[in-house]
Amino acid sequence: MHACSLSEEAAISVIRRLLGSRAVAALTSPHSVDHYLEYLHPMLTVALVRARVVEVIRDTAQASTVVLRPNGAWDGFAAGQHVQFGVEVDGTRRIRCFSVSSSAARADGTFSVSVKAHPDGYVSQFVHRDLRPGTIVRLSQAGGEFVLPARVPDDLLLLSGGSGITPLMSMLRTLRDTGHRGRVTFLHYARSRADEMFTAELDQLAGAEFAHLHRVYTREPGRGGELTGRFTPEHLERLGVDPAATLGYVCGPAGLIATVRDTYERLGAGAMLRTEHFKVPAVDTDAADATGALTFDESDVVVDNDGGTILRQAEAAGLRPDFGCRMGVCNTCAVKKNHGAVRHVISGDVSANTDETIKICVNVPVGDVSMAL
Amino acid sequence: MFGKRKPAPIEPLSASSHDEAPKPLVGADAEKRSPIGLDYMSYEQLEEFGNELDTVRRRVLDDLGQTDADYIRRVIKVQRAFEVLGRIGLFFPFFWPVFVAGIALLALAKILENMEIGHNVMHGQYDWMNDPMVDGKRYEWDIVAPAQDWKHGHNYVHHTYTNIHGMDRDIGYNLFRIDKDQPWYPSHRFNLPLAFGLMLVFEWGVMYHGVELDEYLAGRLPKDEFQARKKRALRKIGRQLLKDYLLFPALTLPLVPFTSWWVPLAVLGGNAIANVIRNIWAFNVIFCGHFPADVETFAKEDAENETRGQWYLRQLLGSANISGSRLFHLLTGNLSHQIEHHLFPDIPARRYPEVARDVRRLVEKYGLQYNTGRLSKQLLSVARQLATLAVRPDDPYQRGNSPESKALRRARRERQAA
Ligand SMILES: Cc1cc2nc3c(=O)[nH]c(=O)nc-3n(C[C@H](O)[C@H](O)[C@H](O)COP(=O)(O)OP(=O)(O)OC[C@H]3O[C@@H](n4cnc5c(N)ncnc54)[C@H](O)[C@@H]3O)c2cc1C
Ligand code: FES
Repeated sequence: MHACSLSEEAAISVIRRLLGSRAVAALTSPHSVDHYLEYLHPMLTVALVRARVVEVIRDTAQASTVVLRPNGAWDGFAAGQHVQFGVEVDGTRRIRCFSVSSSAARADGTFSVSVKAHPDGYVSQFVHRDLRPGTIVRLSQAGGEFVLPARVPDDLLLLSGGSGITPLMSMLRTLRDTGHRGRVTFLHYARSRADEMFTAELDQLAGAEFAHLHRVYTREPGRGGELTGRFTPEHLERLGVDPAATLGYVCGPAGLIATVRDTYERLGAGAMLRTEHFKVPAVDTDAADATGALTFDESDVVVDNDGGTILRQAEAAGLRPDFGCRMGVCNTCAVKKNHGAVRHVISGDVSANTDETIKICVNVPVGDVSMAL
Repeated sequence: MFGKRKPAPIEPLSASSHDEAPKPLVGADAEKRSPIGLDYMSYEQLEEFGNELDTVRRRVLDDLGQTDADYIRRVIKVQRAFEVLGRIGLFFPFFWPVFVAGIALLALAKILENMEIGHNVMHGQYDWMNDPMVDGKRYEWDIVAPAQDWKHGHNYVHHTYTNIHGMDRDIGYNLFRIDKDQPWYPSHRFNLPLAFGLMLVFEWGVMYHGVELDEYLAGRLPKDEFQARKKRALRKIGRQLLKDYLLFPALTLPLVPFTSWWVPLAVLGGNAIANVIRNIWAFNVIFCGHFPADVETFAKEDAENETRGQWYLRQLLGSANISGSRLFHLLTGNLSHQIEHHLFPDIPARRYPEVARDVRRLVEKYGLQYNTGRLSKQLLSVARQLATLAVRPDDPYQRGNSPESKALRRARRERQAA
């Protein structure tokens, strides 16, 4: 990595602090200092997290790992957390959430995310196929509660399915690098060995002291260890994991998470389980107009889509979003759509982008939609 | 698999037959049709006219991409460079060529920031980029008027009810008589000197307009809303004044021992001049966009129940363009294409010249007016208009304070109360 001397680092941090100060903000008002620095160089920002793509590694035919070098605005992460990852394609920034997959103990100033390409997914396909080293991506700070406790217990269960392996891989690597002593059960379900991410590294870790790795290939019953098929409570029994005594982390398809949750709850150990959903939105443009649920994320309100404009449905649900013309002219009602598809009532266009700003006075939901309202 | 399927049919929408209609424009009698545009075409043609414009809009929106993103970023980059260089130039008042260049650059930077960047970004023209730096909701501009209240008065009120008497508060800004359908009051005698004064302090006029004191006094704006507007305006004024007239001048204090005591004052003066230059420019561009003589205005009754086609037509007839070079268009924030801007306020302004070709085609097809001319011509027309309409009309019904007008208003009030 860049060999920065301590004094150099201290100087840089003082400059950052200075640029981020209120005095400088008063001089650049009404803009932020990043509104200026960004145009000097996109990596120079003080508050906005940016990262340069160092390398894109093809893990499998359908998954890639992106190694990133963040700028100084990055506060670091805890294993298990995720970042909002923004790439600009044809002028539009597309933002998706990806879990960090690298070790939190990595000292070279880089970290990585690992992405499984969804058949019709925009960003995951772009990352897998077109993302090139040198590209600058827009990030958020790392977030999420799916992390190890401050004092890590000896026994842990890290359970994942498919691309849900990413946050658990970060935990496993971190535990390895921090010299964890204890019994970590790492149980992963992939369709096949060819589909599995991180295969080489998992193979290497097979003999590790601190962790017992069990990989189940659901469509290749012969190849994995002693377990076969999808997850069942017996799998835990066979591995000698007692949910009541083992803090569990699970991430993967919703079905898997639900089954594991059931298992823990049936044993009265619900409090011992941490879960993370990837929530890949499902969009059904064929749905008749008035199906699905309309979720107002910030108000924590869910209503059945009645086919009216989102503005009208929000008002009917008791929310008070801003509006002006109510005819798509003034942009007063523009709000971020977190995910789902909407249809423009004037043009008839359907747009299904995750994380885009729409005018709610002229858009009706098509199926499930969630709004930042 | 996705996106290719034909969308399920949706109800064709006009500006009035759906929830999305500007509420007050839905007349009491839902059957009554708006007569706007009947001088030029039939209802069927109006419908077709609206559809054709919708198609143009669609085509441009579908085509937006990297070049548009690169364009606005390049403009911002140039603007930032001008601003920083201008501010540096202002630190050299003892070397006047640099000082003057500093003022010019800062004025240019403010013009670009307010017009091509601020105004257009706040219309949501670049929301499709999903970049928080050019997000219409978050952007705040370098002027004393707070974005939020300006957006309400401009994006919503002015752009929806364009040139409708009693609804568009931008017709003469409650200050001038700029249209003969406005009642004349004695204060309008001062149309021209008032306009000249407003030109110099235009940013303050915009701020004051956004506070909507007149609406509050007339009982149309709740007190808490008015207070909130006042508070936002004061906060923004404070920040702008602090920056331009206190902090930047103060930064030159260390130079005083080596130069002269008046250096900070010169910096302050330079800031003031840059702000005034911007004011003059913005005022002229904006007045030429709506107030030349042939621009049409509308009665509220006529606009009721208008269709989308009629809404478009009202925008077209209610605006005027200014012709000029590319640089000129850039410096006006492409508001020199006021007509196209009013038809499609949320399309990136750099696309207006392209859109103008379609608009002109439609203008020809339907035999409409397309009001355009050089800056000098439009300015002259505005000045003449201001001067002519300042004269007390003979017709007592055109005078707001005549007994006849008062009786008429009383009768209308009684009719409404009944
Ligand atoms: C906390 C969290 C952590 C995550 N971590 C990871 C991770 O580590 N690794 C990982 O790979 N993923 C992760 N995800 C999932 C990730 O954020 C994305 O949802 C996923 O990669 C799909 O994004 P996309 O852009 O490829 O798909 P999108 O373009 O968002 O599409 C999503 C779905 O909608 C459908 N669709 C898209 N466009 C249309 C259209 N026009 N009409 C109809 N349907 C359409 C597609 O079929 C697709 O299945 C995580 C998610 C969350 C919430
Ligand atoms: S309320 Fe004006 S665009 Fe939606």
